[in-house]
Amino acid sequence: MAIPISYNIRNLIVRKTTTLMTGAGIAMTVAVLLAVLGLVSGLQSAFESSGDPLHVLVLRKGGNAELTSLLTQEQFQIVKNFNGIASKNGQPMASLEIVTVINLPSVENPEGSNVTLRGLSRRGVEMRNLSMIAGRPFNEGQREVMVGKSVAKRYPNAQLGKQLRFGRGLWTVVGVMDGHGSSIDSEIFADGPQVASDYNRPDTYSSALLQATDEVAAAALTKALEADRRLNLTVLGEKEYYSAQTSASSAPIKFLGFFVCIVMAVGSCFAAMNTMYAAVARRAKEVGTLRILGFTQGSILVSFLLESLLLSLLGGLIACVVVLPLNSVTTGVGNFATFSETSFNIHIGPEVMVVGVLFSLILGAVGGLLPARQAAKKEILTALREV
Amino acid sequence: MFRYFSLAFKNTFRNKRRSLLTISSIAVSLCLFGVLIAMYHALFMSQPTPGQALRLVVRHRVSLAQAIPFADEAKVRALPGVKEISVWNWFGGTYKDNRDPKNFFARFGVEPKAFLSIRTDMKMPQDQRSAFLTDRTGCIISQDLADKLGMKLGDRVVLKGDIYPYDLDLKVVGIFVDPDATQSLFFDWEYLRDLLPVARRSLISTLAILVDNTDDSPKVARAIDAMFAESPYPTKTESEGQFALSFVSFLGNIKLFLLIICAAVTFTILLVSGNTMAMSVRERIKEVGVLKTLGFNNDAILGMIVGEAICISLIGGAIGLAVASVLTVGVGKAAGAMIPQLNSLSITWFTVLVAMGLAFVVGVVSSFIPAWNAAKTNILDSLRYAG
Repeated sequence: MAIPISYNIRNLIVRKTTTLMTGAGIAMTVAVLLAVLGLVSGLQSAFESSGDPLHVLVLRKGGNAELTSLLTQEQFQIVKNFNGIASKNGQPMASLEIVTVINLPSVENPEGSNVTLRGLSRRGVEMRNLSMIAGRPFNEGQREVMVGKSVAKRYPNAQLGKQLRFGRGLWTVVGVMDGHGSSIDSEIFADGPQVASDYNRPDTYSSALLQATDEVAAAALTKALEADRRLNLTVLGEKEYYSAQTSASSAPIKFLGFFVCIVMAVGSCFAAMNTMYAAVARRAKEVGTLRILGFTQGSILVSFLLESLLLSLLGGLIACVVVLPLNSVTTGVGNFATFSETSFNIHIGPEVMVVGVLFSLILGAVGGLLPARQAAKKEILTALREV
Repeated sequence: MFRYFSLAFKNTFRNKRRSLLTISSIAVSLCLFGVLIAMYHALFMSQPTPGQALRLVVRHRVSLAQAIPFADEAKVRALPGVKEISVWNWFGGTYKDNRDPKNFFARFGVEPKAFLSIRTDMKMPQDQRSAFLTDRTGCIISQDLADKLGMKLGDRVVLKGDIYPYDLDLKVVGIFVDPDATQSLFFDWEYLRDLLPVARRSLISTLAILVDNTDDSPKVARAIDAMFAESPYPTKTESEGQFALSFVSFLGNIKLFLLIICAAVTFTILLVSGNTMAMSVRERIKEVGVLKTLGFNNDAILGMIVGEAICISLIGGAIGLAVASVLTVGVGKAAGAMIPQLNSLSITWFTVLVAMGLAFVVGVVSSFIPAWNAAKTNILDSLRYAG
């Protein structure tokens, strides 16, 4: 027969200081884990939501980043007439783009962080999944920029109506765009030819983005472009391009974070063990009484283990509450593919929390097993005689 | 307090299991704390070596990805205070297979003669030096890199280009030891330059400078940046240490991350040891009554309990640091691939001082409230206390 769980709950309530302190210790460990997972998952969603399965990215042969790629006007004229590219109003859905980085002082870093500047045509803007939060898109031929919403949030100079200094002079911020969590949120868009002339690169752009009519056409287009000897290009799906960047950017955070989590977990296990041993020692008489009443060793083991699990569950739940405010925090991480900062929101969603609670339960189980076994193994008579 | 030290010490081990668990959990936490402080120290507080203090790095103001003209070199050389200057051009590229992080190391194109005199701390046999000066396809690698990749003199190294879409076919002509240039390969910049199209030959990524004396280096740096401030290629000149740190800041706000985790760890140790001390004092209230009856005053009792807690946390701290000194070597090796400053991570006296100081503070803070409560309980109540 099982010992009712209310027995354990009442025990935890009676020793509320110890319960809370042990719970808080476990909570800190779980909170660190949650924060790391939240960072990684936020970063992942920033990259995963970037890229459209129909989009094909064209880079110079051997290129693996837009920033270091080179593509000439001449090459683009050939590329945009390939089969399989969707068209609108008789014009192919293809955009020649120039990508570079500019340095803007941010709130966190007055020395300035790098932000990706993308020079493109209005067609290129149309091809992307974005909506305007404020203002309007840039006009072609004007020194105007639209900024991603994370850029607007993180950089005081990148506000609507203000001016940014880069290239050969001042550019007015005319719009704030929402890329729905994609990398567009961390970019600045401006008119392609204007940017190209400011950076003295009227003919050498960086890359081209093409929109295929359907996914089969996208694959065929990729193949055909790669095979074209006179073009000498590397062509890949836009989604593929962004997912490759995720692993590189999140590796250092993951490494440091998980190292810390594992070490802290070991420490918390010891702490939980300590608390449970004390609980067992104090209740020796109770255990003896329970045995006399007919509860088996097994049910006593289960009961104490359950108590330890409840304790750690409390810790896990506290941790979930503690880290909730992190959810609204926007932060940035350097991206070696773009040499600029990718902003993302820390995202501690239900899946992350489930992992955190499971982790706390594991801590409780590991910490509670030995003390519970000790309680179950007590001799009835000695247990009753203990003070 | 010291009069009762032996009693306090004995008390420490009366409940062996509890003390061991507490010591272990403090040891684990302080081990982690030690590793993190060692990292913090290595990244943000280390003094530049005498050689490093004499070296400056010039790059484009916006980012490393932007090039500066090769012609700048001659202009900088003419400035007073500049002793030697060399191209120091990041090559990037791929060695064998990029997916294996082992194959990631720094590759720079340099001007051999000037470069060898700039690296004042570099140790390399004379015949290897002259081989590097004369063999245009020769390269020199750091000892740790040679060990890691199993390379020896005369081996062929093929680097596949990405930023520069040309493959380099190099021969190892020298293996050097330099504390500030680990995990690196240097080759003759002219070899690469001759492969490039004419338009790209005139651009480089960075310049390395040796100044005449340390005191002048900030002045020289300011003079260089002032000289190019209004040119199309504004520069940023930093000391070698700052330059290396700019890569670290790129990985996100590591400084804040380390500090937050240290705070979380500290808080957790406080909870754990506070909890244990509270438990063990509670069990001993009767004993405190007996001691008081025997004539011990409140201060003596307070001192004894606090002394016991300090004893436990100092033992924990010492064990933790011992483990940390082993762990740092491994962590340094693993993280060193991404952050070179961490390559020779070790526990310094600074770390020992901070960690043991924290252990002491934890001992005092965690035991003070339970000890004070025990000391001020009146004799009759404590003798009557049932536990």
